[in-house]
Amino acid sequence: MMQDVQTTSLFKERSTLLVLGALLVVTVAVTLANLLPQGHPLYVSTFTVSLLGKYLCYALLAVALDLVWGYLGILSLGHGAFFALGGYAMGMYLMRQIGARGVYGNPELPDFMVFLNWHELPWYWHGFSSFPFAMAMVLLVPGALAFVFGWLAFRSRVSGVYFSIITQALTYALMLAFYRNEMGFGGNNGLTDFKEILGADVWAEDTRRTMFIASSVALAAGYLICRAITRSRLGRLCVAVRDSEARTRFIGYRVEHVKLAVFVVSAMLAGVAGALYVPQVGIINPDQFSPLFSIELVVWVALGGRATLYGAIIGALVVNYLKTVFTGVMPEAWLFALGGLFVLVTVALPKGIAGLLRFRQGQARTAASRQEAKA
Amino acid sequence: MNKVNATLKRVRELARPDRVFDFMVPQESPVDTRHGPILYLEDVSVSFDGFKAINNLNLTIDDGELRCIIGPNGAGKTTMMDIITGKTRPDSGQAWFGSRHNLLSLSEPEIARLGIGRKFQKPTVFEALSVFENLELAMAGDKRVWATFTARLNSESRGRIDEVLDTIGLAQEYRRPAGVLSHGQKQWLEIGMLLMQRPRLLLVDEPVAGMTEQEMQRTAELLTRLAGQQSVVVVEHDMGFVRSIARTVTVLHQGSVLAEGSMDEVSNDPKVVEVYLGAPQEEMA
Ligand SMILES: Nc1ncnc2c1ncn2[C@@H]1O[C@H](COP(=O)(O)OP(=O)(O)OP(=O)(O)O)[C@@H](O)[C@H]1O
Ligand SMILES: [Mg+2]
Repeated sequence: MMQDVQTTSLFKERSTLLVLGALLVVTVAVTLANLLPQGHPLYVSTFTVSLLGKYLCYALLAVALDLVWGYLGILSLGHGAFFALGGYAMGMYLMRQIGARGVYGNPELPDFMVFLNWHELPWYWHGFSSFPFAMAMVLLVPGALAFVFGWLAFRSRVSGVYFSIITQALTYALMLAFYRNEMGFGGNNGLTDFKEILGADVWAEDTRRTMFIASSVALAAGYLICRAITRSRLGRLCVAVRDSEARTRFIGYRVEHVKLAVFVVSAMLAGVAGALYVPQVGIINPDQFSPLFSIELVVWVALGGRATLYGAIIGALVVNYLKTVFTGVMPEAWLFALGGLFVLVTVALPKGIAGLLRFRQGQARTAASRQEAKA
Repeated sequence: MNKVNATLKRVRELARPDRVFDFMVPQESPVDTRHGPILYLEDVSVSFDGFKAINNLNLTIDDGELRCIIGPNGAGKTTMMDIITGKTRPDSGQAWFGSRHNLLSLSEPEIARLGIGRKFQKPTVFEALSVFENLELAMAGDKRVWATFTARLNSESRGRIDEVLDTIGLAQEYRRPAGVLSHGQKQWLEIGMLLMQRPRLLLVDEPVAGMTEQEMQRTAELLTRLAGQQSVVVVEHDMGFVRSIARTVTVLHQGSVLAEGSMDEVSNDPKVVEVYLGAPQEEMA
């Protein structure tokens, strides 16, 4: 019998090659255009480079969400929390790099702690002056939270809308906690006034370019990790869990382990996205935990098209580009525009923007078998 | 000296010509049926909000047997399967799989891995996946997360899938998404998924509901073919179908066994007739 099981390697897949190719082209083109002299017609400003870098971080966050929502069917409405935690871990590193250059010139304590009359660095700030340590925390903190939270929720079989609601509650609770000055994360001002990253000036043009390129590489790596999962047997298992959890259990899989593992991977990717985002926008504050942000993120993925991964990238880029344009013209109307767009796409394009693209192998296969059925 | 002797003995033991190495013996399921039935339920009761869905139920299924279970709506047939597969915990009683495994102390996946396969009343296959992928996922093997991530399809498992595709008559359909199959085909696919796990005991809940006459016939053939290699318990309302496959029939009523025997014995039992007259929508053939 002939077989159609995935035998092509990951790097020969059309969708993967297109995603990686497009990313490479955009990254190289933008970087080169930024290196041109300022008056040149093709010149891209450093501001735009950082803006694009920010979009790429959002895209990585969207890919992470699509992994759990699109494939596993877990609608997390709190993924912004993992993003923000990754961002805070990076922010703490950047704060420690300021050293004595703060307004108060205290070499030991960040400005906001001096302002609060603190005399000692809280224990959980130790180690963050080391870049490798901070990067480990970027992965570990969101990962650990996802692990504990997921372990409790999946073990007691909390799913569907209940799970969505408690993830909203989670991110909301974190937002309230981070607003408090006593938490030691800068209260509602958050962490800002960064100076240096790995010894380089955060605001220097080549640092900005490097961070943009790093975001692009992270997105590519995140996409590859997710794609490696979704095209493996584990990926098919995720779809099985999404479509019939009870059935999956009866054929001998531990559904809660599957959910937990994928949820943790997704949270870590979200953390990486947050960590790359913070130095490019120059601030992280508790608003990043806002429940609304997590919901917006779901809209990106829905608009782009669920369960394709590249759809999430498209959705994040398109919506955030529109947001930038829109908020420049009439900021009050943005939420209405977003809502309208969401309704429009849901009605007209239930598979999202990705539904318009036909290069997906699975779709081609389905179409072919439908033809077979007709014949 | 003693040590040398012991070693020698072990070497001789290893070299015995009538002996095969453990790892070469085909993996048998660890279920022990040498001294009795494959499934044994004793005095099982369960109630939902005071309503006794299962009431002192006793049931024994022998190894390799094909058993039909009939009973009016709400008799507790599905609930009984829930108890066997670990989905529902009884309030009292015992449930054993072979003589070694206490089903009441095991979780659903553990029970599934021991070799009890279940087909639901409503066909549930993974609609978004192809027929082939449905069977692939169901295949017996290491089902932990990492092992699933790194799993590759070898020729042996592909052969196994082909074999099951032939058994269930879906060899032509293997690449179609399960969602587009006909109702009957979905039922067979689900049985195929159970077979991929090489179960010792198959629980099949209403396999022919909604099937055409022809599909029903094929299902009857399939189930009779399967019995013998594994034990099969079929719950069914369709009396014609039950008559065509049944050797022993158990009648369930209000959560306990009302009668047991051959189809003729059972259908002439006055108690059974009465129960079915009380539920006129059942045609007693
Ligand atoms: N989880 C539950 N909670 C409350 N009542 C339940 C539950 N499960 C089953 N029951 C009740 O237990 C009784 C037995 O149900 P069960 O589904 O086992 O019957 P059945 O013999 O399979 O019937 P049918 O032929 O309709 O499939 C029914 O009255 C049902 O309403
Ligand atoms: Mg039933």
